Amino acid sequence: MKYLAKTALSGALALLLVVASCGPKNGSGVIKIDGSSTVFPLCEAVAEEFQKHKQGKVKVTVGISGTGGGFKKFVRGETDISNASRPILKEEMDQAKANGIEYIELPVCFDALTVAVNPQNDWVSSMTVEELKKIWEPDAQSKITRWNQIRPEWPDEEIVLFGAGADSGTFDYFTEAIVGKAKSSRGDFTASEDDNVLVQGMAGSKYALGYLPYSYYSANSSRLKALAIQWDENSVKEPVMPTLENVLQGTYNPLSRPLFIYINRKAMEKPEVREFVEFFLNNAAKLAQEVKYLPLPPRAYELALERFRKEDIGTAFGGTPEVGLQVEEILTRTPKH
Amino acid sequence: MADLNRIIRRRKRQDFIFKIIGISCMLIGIVTLLALLIDLALDGLPRLTWHFLTSFPSRFASQAGILSSWVGTLLVMLVTAMTAVPLGIAAGVYLEEYARKNRLTGFIEINIANLAGVPSIIYGLMALGLLVYQFQLGQSVLAGGLTLAFLILPIVIVATREALRTIPQSMRDAAYALGSTKWQVVRHHLLPYSIGGTLTGVIIALSRAIGETAPLITIGALTFIAFLPPAPVQGEAPFVTFDWVWSPFSVLPIQMFNWVSRPDREFLANAAGAGFLLIIITLSMNAVAILIRYRVRKRIKW
Repeated sequence: MKYLAKTALSGALALLLVVASCGPKNGSGVIKIDGSSTVFPLCEAVAEEFQKHKQGKVKVTVGISGTGGGFKKFVRGETDISNASRPILKEEMDQAKANGIEYIELPVCFDALTVAVNPQNDWVSSMTVEELKKIWEPDAQSKITRWNQIRPEWPDEEIVLFGAGADSGTFDYFTEAIVGKAKSSRGDFTASEDDNVLVQGMAGSKYALGYLPYSYYSANSSRLKALAIQWDENSVKEPVMPTLENVLQGTYNPLSRPLFIYINRKAMEKPEVREFVEFFLNNAAKLAQEVKYLPLPPRAYELALERFRKEDIGTAFGGTPEVGLQVEEILTRTPKH
Repeated sequence: MADLNRIIRRRKRQDFIFKIIGISCMLIGIVTLLALLIDLALDGLPRLTWHFLTSFPSRFASQAGILSSWVGTLLVMLVTAMTAVPLGIAAGVYLEEYARKNRLTGFIEINIANLAGVPSIIYGLMALGLLVYQFQLGQSVLAGGLTLAFLILPIVIVATREALRTIPQSMRDAAYALGSTKWQVVRHHLLPYSIGGTLTGVIIALSRAIGETAPLITIGALTFIAFLPPAPVQGEAPFVTFDWVWSPFSVLPIQMFNWVSRPDREFLANAAGAGFLLIIITLSMNAVAILIRYRVRKRIKW
């Protein structure tokens, strides 16, 4: 025991020496990815398959700092690829420019925000965007509280509301698409960043109404009932269900949204990053379905590959989010940066 | 006489009521722990196979494993223990044996006690600014280990001091009387006598650190990582490398957090399996602490 102090001391000294001597090594052959947790399951699947494909010669790491947190690292040049559930915003573009970071924006799959109710709910099968707005806009707070306030024939019962937490990209997109302004929502509903909590809540209350990403609905389709959405500005003038066909045809609007990856142009000098992104686009359709996500139409993956090979830098959105866009339109616009 | 009997009966009844209250308070703690353990075991035990321990994360719940996260947890804990233990013990010994008792040391003491109560996310934010960016350690095992070392340092210091205080003053006086220097007293007497209490504190601190998620996510620990850090021991010279401290990493609680929040419910069993393993690790660390304390106490004869 009396040598304990000695060993402990030399251990600490050794550690200090290491810190002083070698310094961080640039991991060669490591592809660093971070960002949205919504995109994570797909990105993980691609990373898993790519590492198998390369037989362990290339290493891929994926983090879940969230879309905003991921961009913070991306614009400092710390990551090669950033996952995002919304397009890059103006201030993030400015930071990237200030740091000399150029990037390529590629949509990789769809998410369909699903408005769902309890399976015992037999009075509603579809809703219009106006009705949803009436429920979710900030003015509705403590005023619109009963089902029959939306349509008189619905029961005189309280609506139990569930929605995404204010820090999630889901919340941003839903409020933008339904209310018309991102982050503008009533506050008196059960909010959670963990979508499994929302599933539990909606499955447990007959008068519940809520929204969540499609992947959480499809994994729980026996415990929830999805609603068809009708939108006046849509090409289809009738309620549309969140299904793979409707999303692929571009008719589930305005609640289907593309999910993106952003690639640092400098990282593309590494051949493994280039290879990874091509592998991603070539296999995304198959892998997306395996992890219960919605793939883009085949044509969109071709356009994305084209954009990547041409190194078309910038974003198709110019820093402001838009809803209800066709994915082909995103990919045929000239990107700005 | 009847009066006296009534008073005694009343006192005994009060005694009994308090005993019931005490037992039920204790049961709340025990039952919660048991319910948690049983629930985790029911969900997770079928998943705890050799394959689970030796596989990397995967998109298929049945193929996914925790190899990279338990290795990460182990390495991070190694860095944490190697820094927090010597620093904490040295600081504790200094404060208890060397430092003069004045207003400054009083101020330091209060602050160390306060530091032990600071929420862990605050340490994560500090580590992100200081270790990851300022010292450019990056999102490495080293940065993660040092973050948790900061977190448990106050606990180690307090435990060391408590252990030193239990040594009777007469032991120090006797050693001084024989002409020992302060360092000799510390090294030959105080450290060996207090090691039981100190190690108990250290292990309890480490079992707190092993479950931390928030500070490690803040500094950028990863979620999907399908390779291991370079092995610390190699077949060729110089045999021992420290390259692993620069490696990116994941830890068990982060892997659990990711699995719990996924849409596919099959991953819940994986999370339960990893959670069960984590609780087992914590419980066995505590068991080791108890064992050490027991053996050291048996050896000391004064």
